[in-house]
Amino acid sequence: MAGWPGSGPKSGIVLSTRIRLARNLEGYVFGQRAKDADRTAVLTRVEEASAASDLLRGAVTIRLDQLERVDRQLLHERHLVSKELAGLDREARPRPGAALVVQGSVGVMVNEEDHLRLHGMRSGFALEDAYAALEGLDADLGHLLPFAFHREFGYLTSCPTNAGTGLRASVLIHLPGLVLTKEVGKVLQGLTQVGLTFRGLYGEGSEVVGNFFQLSNQTTLGKSEDELLDHLGKIVRQVIEYEEQARDVLLRTAPDEVADKTWRAYGLLKYARKLTFEETMNLLSGVRLGVGLNLIPSLSVYTLNKLLIYTQPAHLAALEGRQIGDPALPTVRAAYVRRVLETEAA
Amino acid sequence: MLCDNCKERDAVINLTQVEHDSKVTLHLCEQCAQLKGVETGAAVLKTPLGGFLQGMIGKGGNVLPTPADGLRCAACGSTLKDFRESGRLGCGQCYDSFAPHLRDLLRRLHGSSQHVGERYAPPGAEGAADPRIQLLDLKEQLRRAVENENFELAAELRDRIRVLE
Repeated sequence: MAGWPGSGPKSGIVLSTRIRLARNLEGYVFGQRAKDADRTAVLTRVEEASAASDLLRGAVTIRLDQLERVDRQLLHERHLVSKELAGLDREARPRPGAALVVQGSVGVMVNEEDHLRLHGMRSGFALEDAYAALEGLDADLGHLLPFAFHREFGYLTSCPTNAGTGLRASVLIHLPGLVLTKEVGKVLQGLTQVGLTFRGLYGEGSEVVGNFFQLSNQTTLGKSEDELLDHLGKIVRQVIEYEEQARDVLLRTAPDEVADKTWRAYGLLKYARKLTFEETMNLLSGVRLGVGLNLIPSLSVYTLNKLLIYTQPAHLAALEGRQIGDPALPTVRAAYVRRVLETEAA
Repeated sequence: MLCDNCKERDAVINLTQVEHDSKVTLHLCEQCAQLKGVETGAAVLKTPLGGFLQGMIGKGGNVLPTPADGLRCAACGSTLKDFRESGRLGCGQCYDSFAPHLRDLLRRLHGSSQHVGERYAPPGAEGAADPRIQLLDLKEQLRRAVENENFELAAELRDRIRVLE
């Protein structure tokens, strides 16, 4: 998966769109109750189906239980596997059968909470595109594997919060204008009243850093896939509008403060010798706001997205080609950011 | 005023909905409101499932026993109590085994328990003999035959798989 090249619709404000479908196999116990042998059997069936699937031809199956921690971390940082599946919690190990099947912009997490979690990702705000790719894969795999489906309750999932369509769509959105104008609380509260929810950068349970929010549907049953996507799309468009209005207000009422904030952030990124991940996210947020307001014309959204992805620990290790201990990370990160800004900021 | 739905009990909740651009107000009793997925408690819960589970938990943090707790899914052996403790179901059959309880929960979580999305047609439902599906099915049968040490059947299945491949 290419990540967030910064070319999709509304890419200044929306970083990426992700959709996932939760599916389980008929005749096999669900994740929580599954023993190692059950998990391996599920993986075998998925692998066989993948090999027969037209859409997954040439897909790569990555066995997480056979992967080094840094590589599992890398997949997690790319939003391709959950922390749980990758066994990244302290003292945790990936369980047998935990795998990722990946092909282009779509992937399947195997043996997560549900047997299959099909996911698709697009750069920018692109719900229809992201779903179109996934819908085809769902039909193809559903044709080859017996999915657990109920006439009344729809697709059956381990947790009833996902039953029905099994569909969760999330839009990763940058809302510094609403945060600075202190309007964000109201907007987020409004979301929960219309059946949506918000999370941090890494989804469920993660904290909001750098003013990046993931907005997604809370309910999955009682509405069709199209209705769920339409509703989320409508609300996200509204949030984008609010964010644009907030940015206008900032520019009108406090232009010097905004310019100072964004250039300070740029200065720190460009010259700092040590940067923590959280500080980097916050500074990138400040710079991104400046780029959106055309205050920093020399930088592109592409470069900012690249920094957002590659300043994560496992990505830095991959770039450096070596393991980096926690104490050395801030120094390595700052050096990387300086290097990118020197070469890519015209 | 009587409830618009059951016309028996007193209406205590006014539910206003917008349908096809027109506003409809229903006067409902507590039971009918719950059936329509309206939160009637004082607190609208922050995480619906957490709230549901919390409702089952007493002051000491122990799960309060209810008569239905012993209800067991015949397919996987999970009990309703297991679900209440973990928030996760054991298998697809659990949805039938605990249907009345789940229907109520799903209504509270999603506002409805009736799936209206895409309808799934299982492999082979169209009656088409897709050789890919036949092959996967035979492989599955072979695995089960080996597990059950039914080697005669396994050999036959293996030959049929070879032909298809």
